[in-house]
Amino acid sequence: MTEQTEPSGILFSDEQAQLLEIAATFSANKAPIDAVRRQLAAGDAITGELWREIAALGWLGIAIPEEYGGSGLGLGEVVAIVEPMGRNLLSSPLAATTLAAQAILWGGSDLQKSQWLPQLAGGSVAALALTEAHGDWDLCNLTCSASRSGDMLSLSGGKTFVTDAAMADLFLLSVALEGTPALLLMEKSALGEAALHREVVIDETRRSYGLSLDGITVPAANLLPAANIGGALKGLHLAACLLYAAEMCGGMAGVINITLEYLKTRRQFDHFIGAYQALKHPMVDALVGLEQARSHLYHAATVFHMPSGRGEVAVRMAKAQAAAAFAFASDRAIQFHGAFGFTYDCDAQLFRRRALWCEQQHGDALHHRKHLADLLLD
Amino acid sequence: MSPSASELNEFQVEVAAWFTDNKPADPGFLLPQSFMEVGTDQQFEFLRDWQRKVYEAGYLGMAWPSEYGGGGRDQAFQDIVTAEMARQKAPFMTNTIGLSWAGPLILNMGTEAQKQAYIKRILSAEDIWCQGFSEPDNGSDLGNAQLRAVRDGDEFVLNGSKIWTSLGSYADYMILLARSNTETNTKYEGLSYFLAPMKIPGIDPVPIRKLTGEYGFTQTFFDDARIPDTCLIGEEGKGWQVAMKTLTFERAVSGGQAGGVHSMPVFASEVVALARQAQRDGRPAIEDPLIRDQLVGFLMEERGLELNNLRADIPGLNSEWPGAIAMARKLTSSEWRRRLNQFAVTLQGANASRYVDDAQAIDGGRWQRGYFNAFSGTIGGGTSQIQKNIVGERVLGLPKSE
Repeated sequence: MTEQTEPSGILFSDEQAQLLEIAATFSANKAPIDAVRRQLAAGDAITGELWREIAALGWLGIAIPEEYGGSGLGLGEVVAIVEPMGRNLLSSPLAATTLAAQAILWGGSDLQKSQWLPQLAGGSVAALALTEAHGDWDLCNLTCSASRSGDMLSLSGGKTFVTDAAMADLFLLSVALEGTPALLLMEKSALGEAALHREVVIDETRRSYGLSLDGITVPAANLLPAANIGGALKGLHLAACLLYAAEMCGGMAGVINITLEYLKTRRQFDHFIGAYQALKHPMVDALVGLEQARSHLYHAATVFHMPSGRGEVAVRMAKAQAAAAFAFASDRAIQFHGAFGFTYDCDAQLFRRRALWCEQQHGDALHHRKHLADLLLD
Repeated sequence: MSPSASELNEFQVEVAAWFTDNKPADPGFLLPQSFMEVGTDQQFEFLRDWQRKVYEAGYLGMAWPSEYGGGGRDQAFQDIVTAEMARQKAPFMTNTIGLSWAGPLILNMGTEAQKQAYIKRILSAEDIWCQGFSEPDNGSDLGNAQLRAVRDGDEFVLNGSKIWTSLGSYADYMILLARSNTETNTKYEGLSYFLAPMKIPGIDPVPIRKLTGEYGFTQTFFDDARIPDTCLIGEEGKGWQVAMKTLTFERAVSGGQAGGVHSMPVFASEVVALARQAQRDGRPAIEDPLIRDQLVGFLMEERGLELNNLRADIPGLNSEWPGAIAMARKLTSSEWRRRLNQFAVTLQGANASRYVDDAQAIDGGRWQRGYFNAFSGTIGGGTSQIQKNIVGERVLGLPKSE
C-alpha cells in the first residue's frame, strides 16, 4: 500500500456536512433560548432526557472505533456537532466525554478500552479533572499526586473546573506519580460524599465542580499504561482547544444573529439603528472575524491528529482567532443592545459569559499566540 | 473534464522552469508595485514587453475562449501559473483593467464584434485599458456620475472629466460610465457604459502626482470628444447594471479574469525576515515579545485569508451568509496589506524615517512606498468604509445607511 498523503487545506467530508446540518436542526429545536434559560437554574447543565437523545443519535461515539461501539470517524466530525451546539448555547458533557474516550483510545490498556469505550459511546458521562487551583494552562504543571501502596494508589490534592462532575460516571484524572505526569481513570464510586463542591462560574450554562482527592484510593490498574503521558496531556489540551474553537465559532454566529435582529428592529431618531454606520461597521468586523475563525477551525479539523498534536499550529491559530473574534462580537453585542444590553434579560450576556469561559479554559488568545511565536519564529 | 492531478503536477514543473528561465532581470530602475503606479515610459515599456512575453508563451488568458485569443484550457492551469508568478515574484501584468475587469466584462456581455476586436489585444498588451468611473465630485457615489454623453446621430459627444485614471497616459481604451440622459426618475437610469477609444481628439489625460511623489494616474478631460455608438456595451441607459457587473470582477466577487499577478505580492514571511535584521535594545527585533505577537497576528491573518479562499468553495460551510467571504475579500485583503506594510515600516526603528531614493533605505524604501501605495487598495474601487456598508447591507441584511 502506498503511503497516504497528509491532508492539507480544508477537507469537508459528506459525514461532516450531514452532521453539521442535523446538529444545527437538532440544537435549534432542542435548545431554543427559553429552554437554555430554564436550564440555568437546574441542577445539571442538561436534562437526562436530552442527553439520552444525544447518545441515541450516536454522537458520543463519533470518534470511537466501530469495534468499541462507535462510528469510527474522528474529531473533525465532532467539530461539526459542537459548532451548532455552541451556536444555541447547548451545554453538555459531550466534549469532555469525547476527549476522555480519545485519551483511553490512545493510552489505555485493552481492558480499559473494552470496558469503557462502549459505555462512553452509549451515554455514560466522563468528566475531565485536569486543571488545578493555580490556573496554569500547562496540564503538566501538577501538584496533585498519587503514591503507590501495594496495588492501590493514594491520591492527594485538588482539581478544579471539573465540568458536569455530578453527572459523571467516570473521571479522567491527571496526577504526578513519582514525579512524572500520569493519567488515571476513576469511577464515581471512588468518591466520598464531600469530594465534590459546586463552583460558581461565569458561564451559567455550565456546571463546574471542585474535586478534592485527599483520602481517595483507586486501584493502580486504573492508570493508563502508555509511556509519555506528558505528550498525551498536550495532545488532550490541543484537542480540547479544537472543540472549544468549534463551540466559539458557533457562539459567534449565534450572538451576531441576535444582535442583527435587534439592529433591524430597534428604531431611534426615525431610523432602524442598523442603518447607523457606527453600529453597522463593527458588525462587519465581527462577521469578518467569524469567517476567518471558521476557516482556521475547519483547517485545524482537517489536519489535527490525536495524540501527536500534529496540526498544533492550526489548532492554536483556530483557538486564538475564535477567542479574539468571539470576545469582540459578544462584547459589542452587549453595547449595541443599549440599556437593554445591561440587563440580565438580554441574551447578549449569555454569549459574553460563554465567550469568557471558552477563552479562559485551555489558553486564551495571547497564550496561544505566544506559543505560535515560538513555533513559527524561532 | 477537469485535468488530472498528475497532469497538473507536470504542468507545475514546466511553469516553474519557464519563469525561472524567462523572468526578466532587475531592470536597474525602480519598478512600480502595481498597475496603479506606472509612472514613466521606461516602466511602462518594460512591463508591456513582459506581459506580451507571458501571453506569447501561453500563460495568460489560459481559460479564455480560444476563438478570441485565449487558451481554451481549464482554469486550474491558469491558477498554477498565477501562483507561480507570485511565488517567483515575477513582475506583474500591467494591463490589469483589461485582463481583470474589461476583458471578463466583454466576454460576459459584449457583442461578437467587440470580443473579436478587443480580447486578444488585451492579452497581448497591444491595447492598454483604463477605467473612467470616478469623477472629481463623485468617487464612492458612482451612480452620480455626471460626465455627459449626448447622442448625435450614430455618435455620442462626450464632455466632462474622469479622475484617478490609472494608466491614463498610456491607455488605448477606457471603460467609461457616462450620463446619456439627465431626465430620468433615478440617477441610475440615465447612465450608459462605453468601450471608449482614448487616442482621439478631445480627450486629454493630465497626470496627477500621488502621495508617494510618483506619477501614476491622470485626470482625464473630455472636450467634445466624439465616439461611435457601437462603443456602447449593454443598452443605452442601462450603464449602471454594466458598472455593477464590472465591480464584481474588480472586487473579485465574480471569476473569469485572465489571470496573472497584478501587484507585487507581499508575504508576512518577508516582514518576519525584516524583524530578524532590525535591532531593538541591542538584540534582533524578532526577540522582542511584543513584536513577536504582532508578527504572529499577521501570519495568522494571512493564513486565515488563504483558508477563506479555500472554504469559499465549500457550499456546506457557507450556508448562513453565502458570499460573505467573496464580498469581503477586497476589504480584508487590502486592509491587511496596508497594515502589514505599515508595520514593516515601523519595524525598521530609526531607519523607518528614510525614503525611497535614500542610499541606505532598507529594501530600497520598498515598505515606505508600499505603505503609501497600499491606500490605493483601501480607497480605489470603493473605500473600505463603503465596502463595510456593502457587506453590512447585502450580506448581513442591515438597513441602508442614509
